[in-house]
Amino acid sequence: MPDLSVNFAGIKSPNPFWLASAPPTNSGYQIMKAFDKGWGGAVWKTLGVPVVNVSSRYGSVNYRDTRMMGFNNIELITDRPLADNLREIEEVKKYFPNNAVIASLMVETREQWHQIVKDVENAGADGIELNFGCPHGMCERGMGSAVGQDPKILELIVSWVMEVAKIPVIVKLTPNISHIEDPALAAKAGGGNAVSLINTIQSIVGLDIDTFNAYPNVDGNSTNGGYCGPAVKPIALNMVKNVAKIPNFNLPISGIGGVENWRDAVEFVLLGAGTVQVCTAVMHYGFGIIREIVSGFEQYMVDKGFNTVDEMIGRALPNVKTWENLNLKYKIVADIDEAKCIGCQLCYIACEDGAHQAIGLADDLANRKPHIIEENCVGCNLCSLVCPVENCITMVRKDSGKEHLTWKERTVNDDIPVTFNDQRGGGVGHYIPEPKEAIAYRLK
Amino acid sequence: MSEYNIPTTEQEFEANFAQIKPLMNKTEAYYESSRCLFCYDAPCVQACPTHIDIPLFIRQINTDNIVGAARTIYDSNYFGNACGKVCPTEVLCEGACVYNHQDVKPIEIGRLQNYATSQAIADDIKFYTPAKANGKKAAIIGSGPAGIACACELRKAGVHVDIYEAKSNPTGLTVNGIAPYKITNQEVLQELAYLQTQFGFNIIYNSPIMSKDDVDKLEKNYDAIFIGVGNGATSSLGIPGEDKANVHGAVEIIEHLRRDSYKVAFGKKVIVLGGGNTAMDAASESARMGCPDVTLAYRRSKEEMGAYHFEYALAKDVGVKGLFNAAPLEIIGNEKVTAVKFIRTKTENGKVVNIPGSEFVLECDMVIMATGQKGHDYLFDNIANLDVNGTKVKANNYQTSNPKYFVGGDCLNGGAEVVNAAYDGKHAGKAILSFLDIR
Repeated sequence: MPDLSVNFAGIKSPNPFWLASAPPTNSGYQIMKAFDKGWGGAVWKTLGVPVVNVSSRYGSVNYRDTRMMGFNNIELITDRPLADNLREIEEVKKYFPNNAVIASLMVETREQWHQIVKDVENAGADGIELNFGCPHGMCERGMGSAVGQDPKILELIVSWVMEVAKIPVIVKLTPNISHIEDPALAAKAGGGNAVSLINTIQSIVGLDIDTFNAYPNVDGNSTNGGYCGPAVKPIALNMVKNVAKIPNFNLPISGIGGVENWRDAVEFVLLGAGTVQVCTAVMHYGFGIIREIVSGFEQYMVDKGFNTVDEMIGRALPNVKTWENLNLKYKIVADIDEAKCIGCQLCYIACEDGAHQAIGLADDLANRKPHIIEENCVGCNLCSLVCPVENCITMVRKDSGKEHLTWKERTVNDDIPVTFNDQRGGGVGHYIPEPKEAIAYRLK
Repeated sequence: MSEYNIPTTEQEFEANFAQIKPLMNKTEAYYESSRCLFCYDAPCVQACPTHIDIPLFIRQINTDNIVGAARTIYDSNYFGNACGKVCPTEVLCEGACVYNHQDVKPIEIGRLQNYATSQAIADDIKFYTPAKANGKKAAIIGSGPAGIACACELRKAGVHVDIYEAKSNPTGLTVNGIAPYKITNQEVLQELAYLQTQFGFNIIYNSPIMSKDDVDKLEKNYDAIFIGVGNGATSSLGIPGEDKANVHGAVEIIEHLRRDSYKVAFGKKVIVLGGGNTAMDAASESARMGCPDVTLAYRRSKEEMGAYHFEYALAKDVGVKGLFNAAPLEIIGNEKVTAVKFIRTKTENGKVVNIPGSEFVLECDMVIMATGQKGHDYLFDNIANLDVNGTKVKANNYQTSNPKYFVGGDCLNGGAEVVNAAYDGKHAGKAILSFLDIR
């Protein structure tokens, strides 16, 4: 069997699946339960001066019959006294010495940082995560994302922590910033041992249009929250990729954002994450989902011949390039499998109204199966994405596979369109219906 | 043991005739509406005789715009609620759902339609107001779905409408002819009241139009007349013994059941004659009335039955036994029926042929004949220049050969679904408006 254990910046864990710092890690009780179910590590709900929270605290984005596709919260850091948390950290480590317990921290002054770092080390934490990401409430007080959005301050605070830290320090980054590389480099400059990302995205999940208030409702008012859940995964994957691609960055990355199953976890690892952290999926389904994550992840490793997680880290990175380095000669077109087609015509209307008018309908109205107009097809994928039938529309390669030419190369060769009516534009010669054909039925 | 006990109270009757398409709750409607693919040029719309924009109303339900959904439905079909329950959706919209090609359960369109319209009726959401009276008057004969739909269309344009109904209750087939597990009387009457409040047509009950005198009066007092009388009484088979006690026409016994529910007495051994949907209903209803032994006897083979496959499945499901290739020769008994004498048949070149010497007798204490319906010759004969073929009145775009008369529903198409009648009525209404030069 493949080996799932990891050593993340010096933090040892039986598997790369950690609970993110959030409500599921609010107490020793929850974390012991999670470890018992199979989670490798847990990042404790952020410690600091205990807060006072509001009610309610969570909002959800439901898509059709899928609940909590997106999720946000306006909950702050721990509201429990530090002493209680420290005592519970000690107890968890006593029962689960091989699992990773990481203390998430958020305080203000240098003295407070020094004190709390020593406190959690004494309690037996295996590592520390600096919460520079929380985009609601705490940022109004100069903490959380307010730090993460200012690389200079971030670097300074990391350096304070490193003055005393004896255990590995992970810097958790906020996605509420234009260039994620800047705080990542600041974390490194400050001496941090690893980064984790993403924290939640500033959000309003929706409105109660009857009361004119946003969700979640706190006595007729609301505030922006932090967005997470499956909906944010694409944003998180991209940011993990951006950090992993920083030349000579070399710090381990803990990937966070919408991980719900083994596939999500594999994706984060292939883009450069050494561990993945999970919160929303546990808030939705409980700690038991770890069974599915471990089982699928392990089977994937077997199928692909990976023996360790390390072998997987960043394996997809070389293939994800800047746009200018993509092959302009690659040409695919859609192909509809008539035997599988159920005649919903979603591909037709999607292409007709939403793309390139490259799908036609039969003249015989009884035949509901659309056909591809190959010369109009730009190979955009849209039809295959809207098709509700598995493998009914496939994209078939049409170029020889021998030619390779990128925008970058064309630029070097001085062979790119440069004026507004340049005949080298990609759409020149491509069929576009005349505007009035759109209302032909009315003109008749 | 029979599946059902004989019902002795209204509650027991309702339990035996539990709705096969019960009202959805909000969550169910949300989940089901979420599944709709929103097909382009959707086949369900083409399959609906009234062409309701089904993907639109399902999307409206999904976004909790229930009023909008109900409006989409009513704009195409004034019997949106009843049709959601009584339509043979399995062979119409749901039968056309593309999910069928994927071996995925089709969207429950009928129940979603019923969900939206039930809410609009319960909340009394009014979509229509009649135009200012334009002085024109129309008479409608029969308050079935065709007549009511026609009345709605005419009232919307400001025509005064009086509906002449032979019976003491409205909506024709919908109340009198539909199996009780498909829709309750209350639901039908609520939708009628909902329409009547919005459109303001008059229904004059217990007023059959039969004699030449009746017809003359209508012609004198109205600018146009719509015939929506449906089909008539069960037609005779022409075999001896049809007049014996406990031999009933299917249409008549179903109507009796709709009116008097558990008080209607069924036999212990019932034979239903026929192979159409009405025969299936009568057989199902006999079983649900607690009859332990129901035989459905059809003179042709099972495959040749006119009934929808799912209607036969419904009957079989409640314990009805099929007897095929058996033609009735005689109904036996003294005063009361005690048996039916059959002869075995086979089909040769599409024709039913009796097999000589294969006669046999099947005991029973009740016979239900679901063997077709008569027309309304007594009325048709009194209308000048009406072109009638059997039970059907001929028409061109709903206008009969007597230009003042329009027709729709069963007496135009020979006998079809509520939804066809609703469509006919609405479009006959449009034809009348054009005849009266309105709009």
